[in-house]
Amino acid sequence: MSKQTRTIKVDALARVEGEGALHVRIKDGVVKDVKFRIFEPPRFFEAFLQGRLYSEAPDITARICGICPIAYMMGASQAMEDALGMAVTGPLRDLRRLIYCGEWIESHVLHAYLLHAPDFLGFEDAIRLSQHHPGVVEKALQLKKLGNRILEVIGGRAVHPVNLRVGGFYRTPRKDAIRALIGPLQWAVEASLDTVKLVGGFDFPDYHYDYTCVSLHHPDEYPITQGRLISNRGLDIAIDEFSNHIIEQHVAHSNALQGHLQGSDCYLVGPIARYNNNFEQLSDLARQAAGEAGLGRVCDNPFQSIVVRAVETLYACEEALRLAENYEEPDAPYVEPTVQAGIGHGCTEAPRGICYHRYQLDENGRILEATIVPPTSQNQLQIERDLWGVVEKNLDLPEDRLKWRCEQTIRNYDPCISCATHFLRLTVERE
Amino acid sequence: MAGKRKPKLAVWKFSSCDGCQLSLLDCEDELLTVAASVEIAYFLEATRATIKGPYALSLVEGSISTPEDAERIRAVRRQSKVLITIGACATSGGIQALRNFQDVEQFISTVYARPEFIDTLATSTAIAEHVPVDFELRGCPIDKHQLLEVLNAFLNGRKPNVPRHSQCIECKQAGTVCVMVARGTPCLGPVTQAGCGNLCPSCNRGCYGCFGPKETPNPASLSARFGELGMAQPAVKQIYRLFNAHAPEFQQESQRHE
Repeated sequence: MSKQTRTIKVDALARVEGEGALHVRIKDGVVKDVKFRIFEPPRFFEAFLQGRLYSEAPDITARICGICPIAYMMGASQAMEDALGMAVTGPLRDLRRLIYCGEWIESHVLHAYLLHAPDFLGFEDAIRLSQHHPGVVEKALQLKKLGNRILEVIGGRAVHPVNLRVGGFYRTPRKDAIRALIGPLQWAVEASLDTVKLVGGFDFPDYHYDYTCVSLHHPDEYPITQGRLISNRGLDIAIDEFSNHIIEQHVAHSNALQGHLQGSDCYLVGPIARYNNNFEQLSDLARQAAGEAGLGRVCDNPFQSIVVRAVETLYACEEALRLAENYEEPDAPYVEPTVQAGIGHGCTEAPRGICYHRYQLDENGRILEATIVPPTSQNQLQIERDLWGVVEKNLDLPEDRLKWRCEQTIRNYDPCISCATHFLRLTVERE
Repeated sequence: MAGKRKPKLAVWKFSSCDGCQLSLLDCEDELLTVAASVEIAYFLEATRATIKGPYALSLVEGSISTPEDAERIRAVRRQSKVLITIGACATSGGIQALRNFQDVEQFISTVYARPEFIDTLATSTAIAEHVPVDFELRGCPIDKHQLLEVLNAFLNGRKPNVPRHSQCIECKQAGTVCVMVARGTPCLGPVTQAGCGNLCPSCNRGCYGCFGPKETPNPASLSARFGELGMAQPAVKQIYRLFNAHAPEFQQESQRHE
C-alpha cells in the first residue's frame, strides 16, 4: 500500500458556498502537500468602496455574501459609527442583536441540516435525506424559515435586507410585529433542542487538534455584535488593534488572502472558537444541552462543529425570544451621524467567525480606504492543516470514502468562499 | 423510482454572492415540492450528486469576470434547453461591474499584494452578452416568489408572469406613500422594475435599484428631479452605480453625470 501510486480526482466539492479546490499530494503513503484553493473570481469590494459615501457601505458590503449579509452590514455600520465618533446603544442595539440572531439561526440551520448532516448520515444531499427520514428536514426548514422571518420583520427581506443603516434602522418595526415572533420562537427553542440531541448522536471521526481559538468576548453576553478580541492563548485586544496582530498573506493558489496570527501560524475562528472562549456565557439550557450531546467544556474535534452550531442555534433562539419579549419601539429609528474625517473599526461574530472592517473617511464622509477581513479567509490555513491531519489518519480508506471525508472536513468550517473572495475541485495525487 | 422522466434542473454559479441560489433554498415551504417535480441534476450548493446533461432547465447565477468563466458559460448553454439567468450579477454584471468604469489593474493592486497571482477580465458582464438567454429574472437578490413563478411557467410551457413596470406601480398598489413626493427623498423607483414588494419606500427610504431598469425608463427626467431636490452631480452619478451599474440605461445615465 505504502509504495502504491494513486491519483484521486473529484471535479467538484459541493454543499459549500462558493468555488474552490483541494489538492492533496501523497507520496509513499505520506502526505506531502495540501493546498486548499479558492478560485472564486475576485470582486474587488475594497477597491470600489473607495470614493463612495460612508452611508453606502452597509448596502454595498452586504453583497459580499448572500448567506450572511447582516454580518457585513453590521460590521460596516459599526466601523462607520466608530469613525464618526458615535455609538448605537439601548433598544436599537438590542434590535441589532435580534436581527443578528435571525441570521445565526438561518445560516446555522441551513448548514447543519441541508449542507453538513447528509455527510454524517451517508446521503448526498438533504433531499435524499428527507426521503429516508421524513419529518427531519421539514422541521429544519421551518426553523430556518423562522430565522429568515426575523430578518424579514426587522430588515425587510432575508437576503440583503434594506432596513439597516449607519446609526440604526430606517424604520423601526412595530411592537405587534416583533411580539408575533414570540410564539414561533417558543416552538423554535424546543425544535433546536431536538436538533442538538439529533446531531449529538452522530458518529464523529476521531480527529483532534489543539486549536488557537480567536473570537470576540463580551463581559455581559455571548458575543455576537460586539466585544474584545481574545484567544485561548492570551490574546486580549480591542478590535482597533486587529491589524497589529493579524496579518493577511497573498499566496499563489488562492484568490482569498490568508490570515495569520502573529506568533502562531494558524488559528481558528467560528462556532468552535466562540464556544471554547465563551462557554460560561451560554444560557443554562444551552450549556446543559451541550453536555448531554457529548460536548466537553472545550471542543477539539472539528467534526463536532455541527453540534456546536446546534448549541449556538438553541442559544440564538432563546436570546431572540428574550429580546422579542422585551421589545419596545425605540423613540427614534436611528442616531443621526455627524460627518467628519476619521478611521473606524468594526468587528462582529458572523455565523462563520469574526468579520472585521476598517475604513478611513475624509471630511465629507467619503471612503479613502477600506479593509475587510472575512472569517473564511482567516480559516483557510487551519482548513489545510486539518485536511493534512485527516488524510494522514485515513490513508487506508478507499478512495471514494477518503474523498468524501476530505469534503466533510472542509464542510466542518461551513466555508463561505463567496465571502473569502466559489466550486470546489478536489484532486488527490498519490505518488 | 422509474416511471415518467422528470425534467432535469441545473443551477450554475459564476461571480456572485450566492444569495440568488440561496433564494431557492429559502423556499422553505416549497423546496421539497419543487424537488419532487424536477430532477435536481446539478446544484452544487445543495448536493454532491451530479447528473450529466443535457438539462431541461438551467438557472444561472453570477456574472462573467474571468477568461475561464467566459468559456464555461458556453458549455452550460450547449447543455441547456432553456437557460434562465437569476439576479443582478447574471442579468447586468452585478456590483463587481463597477470595475468596468475603472482601471482593473489598479483594483487588483488595491486588494492583492501579489497582482501576478490574479487572473481576471477587465470587465464583469451579463450572461446575455456571451450566450443567448431565454429569460432574465431580475433582483439583487431575486424574489423567491418570482423564482417559483418562473420555474412553474417554464415547466408548464407558459410565459412567466413577471411585470416590467416600475416600482412606483408597486407602491401605488400597496398604498405606500411616495417618499420623493412626501419627504423629498431621492428614489430610483420611477425607473426601476417592480418585484421586491416596494421594500425601501415602505421603510421610509428611497429605492436603490436592486431590480434594474424598468421597460422604457426615463432616467434623464428623474435625474433632473434629483437636481431640483438638491442632489449634486457626483451623487446623481453614484445613485445609478450600484448593483445594476452596467445595465445599459443606468450606465448611460451615470455617464451623463461624470
